[in-house]
Amino acid sequence: MSLLHLAIISPFLLAILVPIVYKLFKQIHTGWFVLPLPILLFSYFISYLSITSNQQSVTNSFSWIPSLGIDFTAKIDGLGLLFALLITGIGALVVLYSIYYLDKKKEKLNNFYVYLLLFMGAMLGVVLSDNLIVLYTFWELTSFSSFLLIGYWYHREKSRYGAQKSMIITVFGGLSMLGGIILLYLMTGTFSISEIIAQSDEIFSHSLFVPALLCILLGAFTKSAQFPFHIWLPDAMEAPTPVSAYLHSATMVKAGIYLIARMSPVFAEHSLWLWLIAGFGITTLFWGSFSAVKQTDLKAILAFSTVSQLGMIMSLLGIGAAALHFETVEDGYFTVATTAAVFHLINHATFKGSLFMVAGIVDHETGTRDIRKLGGLMNFMPITFTLAIIGTFAMAGLPPFNGFLSKEMFFTGMVRVLEMDIFNLDTWGFLFPVLAWVASVFTFIYSMIIVFKTFTGKFQPEQLEKKPHEAPIGMLISPIILASLVIIIGFFPNIISNTLISPAQAAIMPAEGYVYDTHISFWHGFTPELFMTLGVITLGILLFATLPKWKGVYGLFPEKLALNRFYDSGLSGIQQGAHGFTRWYMNGSIRNYLVYIFTFFIVILLSTLFIKNAFKFDASNVSAIKFSEIVLALVIAVASITILFVKSRLTSIILLGAVGYTVALFFVIFRAPDLALTQLVIETISVALFLLCFYHLPQIKDEERMPFKATNAVISIGVGLVVTLIAFSAHSNKLFDSISQYYIENTYEKAAGKNMVNVILVDFRGFDTMFEITVLAIAALGIFGMIKLRLGGGKKNENK
Amino acid sequence: MKTNDIILQTATKVVLFIIVLFSVYIFFAGHYTPGGGFVGGLLTSGAIILLLLAFDMKTVDKILPVNFMYMIATGLLFAIGTGAGGLLFNVPFLTHAFTDVDLPILGHLSLHTAALFDLGVFLVVVGVTMIIIKTIGEDD
Repeated sequence: MSLLHLAIISPFLLAILVPIVYKLFKQIHTGWFVLPLPILLFSYFISYLSITSNQQSVTNSFSWIPSLGIDFTAKIDGLGLLFALLITGIGALVVLYSIYYLDKKKEKLNNFYVYLLLFMGAMLGVVLSDNLIVLYTFWELTSFSSFLLIGYWYHREKSRYGAQKSMIITVFGGLSMLGGIILLYLMTGTFSISEIIAQSDEIFSHSLFVPALLCILLGAFTKSAQFPFHIWLPDAMEAPTPVSAYLHSATMVKAGIYLIARMSPVFAEHSLWLWLIAGFGITTLFWGSFSAVKQTDLKAILAFSTVSQLGMIMSLLGIGAAALHFETVEDGYFTVATTAAVFHLINHATFKGSLFMVAGIVDHETGTRDIRKLGGLMNFMPITFTLAIIGTFAMAGLPPFNGFLSKEMFFTGMVRVLEMDIFNLDTWGFLFPVLAWVASVFTFIYSMIIVFKTFTGKFQPEQLEKKPHEAPIGMLISPIILASLVIIIGFFPNIISNTLISPAQAAIMPAEGYVYDTHISFWHGFTPELFMTLGVITLGILLFATLPKWKGVYGLFPEKLALNRFYDSGLSGIQQGAHGFTRWYMNGSIRNYLVYIFTFFIVILLSTLFIKNAFKFDASNVSAIKFSEIVLALVIAVASITILFVKSRLTSIILLGAVGYTVALFFVIFRAPDLALTQLVIETISVALFLLCFYHLPQIKDEERMPFKATNAVISIGVGLVVTLIAFSAHSNKLFDSISQYYIENTYEKAAGKNMVNVILVDFRGFDTMFEITVLAIAALGIFGMIKLRLGGGKKNENK
Repeated sequence: MKTNDIILQTATKVVLFIIVLFSVYIFFAGHYTPGGGFVGGLLTSGAIILLLLAFDMKTVDKILPVNFMYMIATGLLFAIGTGAGGLLFNVPFLTHAFTDVDLPILGHLSLHTAALFDLGVFLVVVGVTMIIIKTIGEDD
């Protein structure tokens, strides 16, 4: 385990300490204890810059489950480092911001910071793992922590709804991604991303290649809120604002983008990859920015804006893949789209992060985020206003902010699509620059709405819950830092071009023996891009000014077709369907369930025995039956049969105990002391348990005795028959050598134990034991819940 | 379940400790002779159940003010923690280690991480049995 692994795991370790610290130091805001970690990690990752800026990478590995090819391999390269810096950097700022945002007396800070740290660790794991299974595990953990954070104010119904929605959609995609990972494993025989990339040429024509591509894309699209899966992101805004700034704009939603960038070297040569990513991306870009304009909640505007910006980065990655088909990768003519994707990813994190924090400040200081109630806050919050101007202008793509540079580059990438003549791009490709331009106009409009509807116009104090004033300085530090980055990157883009952007690009499009060199310039001359930007600004201002006149457009869209309605009715339909189906066979009678289970058991096993012709009886290798064994067998038989006829429960229990103890005696005779011991104790305890249970039941009366039922008799005899047949066959068919010889030889050698049974339990098959005790624990929780909580109202535990 | 059986109660007071001691012995002996965490845990819960039958739930709660839910959680943490501990030494999950030491009074000892894992099993088994029996017993 290396320091790099420790860095990934450290948030989890701190998460364990948070509740303790919270209990011990109630007076100090828990956030102060959390804050040092992301700062420390950030500086630690900075130290890797010197390695990755030479477009090299570092790999550290340690075995986790080597027999399945699952090793915790941490790999840090340009792309991974860029994300790691975003996660820890924005993470530190968000933690700082949250200290002022969340009240230490009213909020459950222990929960909040545990979830946040869980997320931080999981996200670092996603971007720094080279093993796909490890990546997947962390990936699901980010969905899970996002669920917890969205539902942080779980007493609100909307929070719970949003949390559930995000969970269902992202986990659905995650599972499909797992399918894709397994398909990749079937093709390549490895889970390691670098090894899969090395084999990418060989698997290109494999029949599973396209299914794997589609599965992986589905995972990425759901996570990164691409149309039509974007519907979870606006509902995720129920989370506290620091969370929205962190997870739902700067980091987690970019996991999908990360995955696509990471898997690009494997899939990018396929035309589907280009068309699907670019197509979905550009649709999302357009739809997100179009929908953002009609929102009235500040955070909802930002949410749709995030959706649209994610679509923009996505489409750039898709278009960038086309560069692989031209021999001139090196001159950067077609790779500019990928450069723009990476560049905009950084820029988006800075300006959107600061805008979310601004929205949080407005909400915190006025009590509302509704732009219909807000207005004229400029005089009360001059600093916040300035920050909002910087953020929104960067988002709208205005100079001199960083958003302008990446937007220009985005236009460049889209315009160059017109010159590509592959995969039918020469026929439909013109749609890309057109849609990009239209979407940018809407982006401009909603950016202006955010800043001008909130900070200028008529001040309406009667609509606000609190008297507005400037936020405390602690809350302003984080957005100020982000806004300064917006300006610094805007003026000096080249400080990140060869330290962050080129190394990331080298990971997305590895070119043998070629070192990427990115240079971002402010002024390109009078290019089509410049005129596109000018057009955006002119039309944007015009449309923003006449917004009330054309807003009716949004009413034209039929409400019935809205994706959210589809989601809601689908969800309730599935629930009702499942409920109805379950009602049909789960009627509450345990007897019926036993009938199902045993009938299934008999049918499956008997037919297998019959079809495989597996029944065999071989008495050649058995020892003689002793008299004592016959006696014991008779005792068991007699006791079992008597149970059927006795009238008192107590007698049944005792007889059942007699059967159990006799079985224990069998174990003694067959020299299995461990089994005998366990069987004896189990028998004793279950008799006591039965006594307790039966204490609650009424006496059996004669007329209540169950009459003889033919089906039950057939089933019970059938079960006995099947077990006997299988026992004979298992003994007689020796298909492979028994494993016992291995244990006999190795128990003392490898585990230094002499009791083979116990060594198998705790060492050789320790994993089984671990899961078994987990199952036991779950069973105990289940029983506890069933009896203590009594869901289902007046029905007392009649089915036990 | 109210009982007032003086013979059972007196016997329990003596037998209880013997059973518990035996269960501890069985737990530790498990690596070399029959026994182990599972049986040990069952024996201990057997002892507690005896106490429960001889006296009543209140007495048991008074003598053993333990939250068995926590006991289950602790047990699981022991098992998983032992497994995860191996990762710190760059070996796969659930790799056990052992060593032999000679101590002044106790003499020759063989220490195993497997024993920690088994302790987890022990705790979970006691916790689960007691939770089941207590919930059903307390129910009315």
